[in-house]
This record gives sequence, C-alpha cells and structure tokens, in this order.
Amino acid sequence: MKPIPFLKILLIFITLLTIGVIPVAAQQPVPSDDDVNAIAREMFCPVCENTPLDVCPTKACSDWREEIRDKLAQGWSEAEIKSYFAERYGDQTLAQPPLRGLNWLLFLLPLCVITAAVTIYVSFLRRKMAPQVQNQPVPSSSENHYVDRLEQELKHRD
Amino acid sequence: MNTQNTAPRRLPFGFIIAFILLAIFLGLLFGSLSKNKNTSLKIGQPAPDFSFTSYDGETVSLADFRGKVVVVNFWASWCQPCAEEALYLEKVWQKYLPGEQVVFLGVDYVDTESKARQYLQGLHISYPNGPDLKSSISRDYHVSGVPETYVIAPDGRLAFIKIGPFTSTVELTEMIDSLLIIP
Repeated sequence: MKPIPFLKILLIFITLLTIGVIPVAAQQPVPSDDDVNAIAREMFCPVCENTPLDVCPTKACSDWREEIRDKLAQGWSEAEIKSYFAERYGDQTLAQPPLRGLNWLLFLLPLCVITAAVTIYVSFLRRKMAPQVQNQPVPSSSENHYVDRLEQELKHRD
Repeated sequence: MNTQNTAPRRLPFGFIIAFILLAIFLGLLFGSLSKNKNTSLKIGQPAPDFSFTSYDGETVSLADFRGKVVVVNFWASWCQPCAEEALYLEKVWQKYLPGEQVVFLGVDYVDTESKARQYLQGLHISYPNGPDLKSSISRDYHVSGVPETYVIAPDGRLAFIKIGPFTSTVELTEMIDSLLIIP
C-alpha cells in the first residue's frame, strides 16, 4: 500500500475543519436576557436613583446590561461580575453591598437593636412580674397565729 | 406591712451596646450626608486634586499640571450632548496644543470601557481620557450630570464652571484666553 503524503493529510484536515466536521472549540452560548436580568435585578442604575438595572430604560443601563452579557459570554460567574462592577463603580451599584469595611454595620446594627429591644422587653416584663410577688404584704404574726391554729384543728379532725 | 427594698436599676448590657452602635451609625450617616451634600464648588477655591489611569495606560495627575490652564471635562459615551460638545473640545485642544500652556483632561463618568473606547475612537479625541473609578472624582467635584467642564487656572484655583455642553468653541476659547493673559 502506498503511504499517504503529508500534504494530502493536511488538505483533508483543513477541509474537515472548514466544513465543521471537527469541532475546534466549544462555542459559548449567547447569554439570554433572563441570564443578564438575573444579575441586573440585583444591581442599581448608576444614573437614576433607586432604579434596578434590569428595568431602567436609560442608555447607561442598557450599556451596563450589555457589559454583563459580554462578561457572561466570556464565562465570568455572577460573583465575578458583581465584584467587577463594585470595584469599578462602587458598592452602591449592588443591591446587597459586600460585607467589608463599614458595610458590616448595616448588617450588625439591626441585629444589635433587636437584641437590645428583646433584652429591654424581657427585663421590663420581669420587673412588672416581680413587684406583684415582692410587694405582697408579709403576713403579720397575728395572722400566722390564726393560720397555725386552723391547721392544728384540721389535723385533729383527721 | 413590709415591702422589699428595690436595688438601683442597671441598664441591660444589650441596651448599652446597641446605644453605642446606634450613636456610631448615626455619626457616620450624618458625616457622610454632610460630605455628600450637593454644595457645588465655588469659583476661586482650589480645584480638588485627582489622578486616573487613562485609556492609553498613562497615569494622569492634576497636580502635575500646576502652572498651566487645565480643562477638566466630565463625559460619558451614553450622553448625546457630550458627543456633540466633544468636537468643540477637541478643536480647542488642537488650537492650544502647540503652546503647551493648556491641558485638556477627560473624565469618563459611570461608563463601560468598551463603549468609552468606541466613543473616543469615533470622535477622534486625542487628549487624555480615563475612567472615574468609583465616581470619586465626580464626587469631589460635585458633578450633578454630564457634560460638565471645570477650567482651572495656572495657580490651581477654579476659574470657570460650565454645567451642560459647550455649543461652540468661542465660549471655551474666551475662558482659556482670559487665564493665559494673566501674568
């Protein structure tokens, strides 16, 4: 059998490549609007105040959503994209600011206030309950005497 | 009738901690609000210093241009009036370029890098432009929208503030010329 020349093999390979028989690399699927909006709804418009990025009609927001789509197509994760935007435009672009620096206060403060409120309420309840017992008049010695006598008589009857 | 004596009441520990944290939080909040208060810059006051890395990779610092007239323009690729104004800015920049007494700096406000590059390329803008990362420069200049332009005198003080776009080269040229005449 005659050996196939190298040029022939190369030609066959190029032909197969051209007609797409040999996949060269997996094509990244184009991220859908839903994919983009899933991230965008957790971000805010940089221009209008308090408008989520997914519903904002401005050109700036449209550009930002395109940027998210590009990053997703490049294989970036949601966390990486959010981190990129926070790094570039500031933490205020994220609906949930990352836990760093003074941002911790936003999470800790409500917890502390609730703890304090519960503590105050419990101590208030305790104080309210306690005086009812503490302020009961201590039976006088004469009352004790009658009680003792009553108990003795009851014992005798038994 | 006897009643028990009550001991002096002590504040709960949680209350004290919460009170301290609340005080800190409110202090920071008011501090931040007073800092961000939209009091615009005044003519004659020193221009806030800033630096950025331009889209060409060059580090640009305002302090390096002391002794020159500096035109700082805030823009964004999504801003249509900015694009119209950019042509005038570039024209004026080209006029003063040989004299080396005037510097133009473009500060790109909340923009995506790809769109910003397209914008600069499309409009043939040749003076240094860079992103305003975390909007720190626009915050220092109390920028309320784009375009806004700040003309800084050679002594580093604010000489002119233009809110909105320039609609011709005349107004900006007059501003710059008036600063170059002063010895």
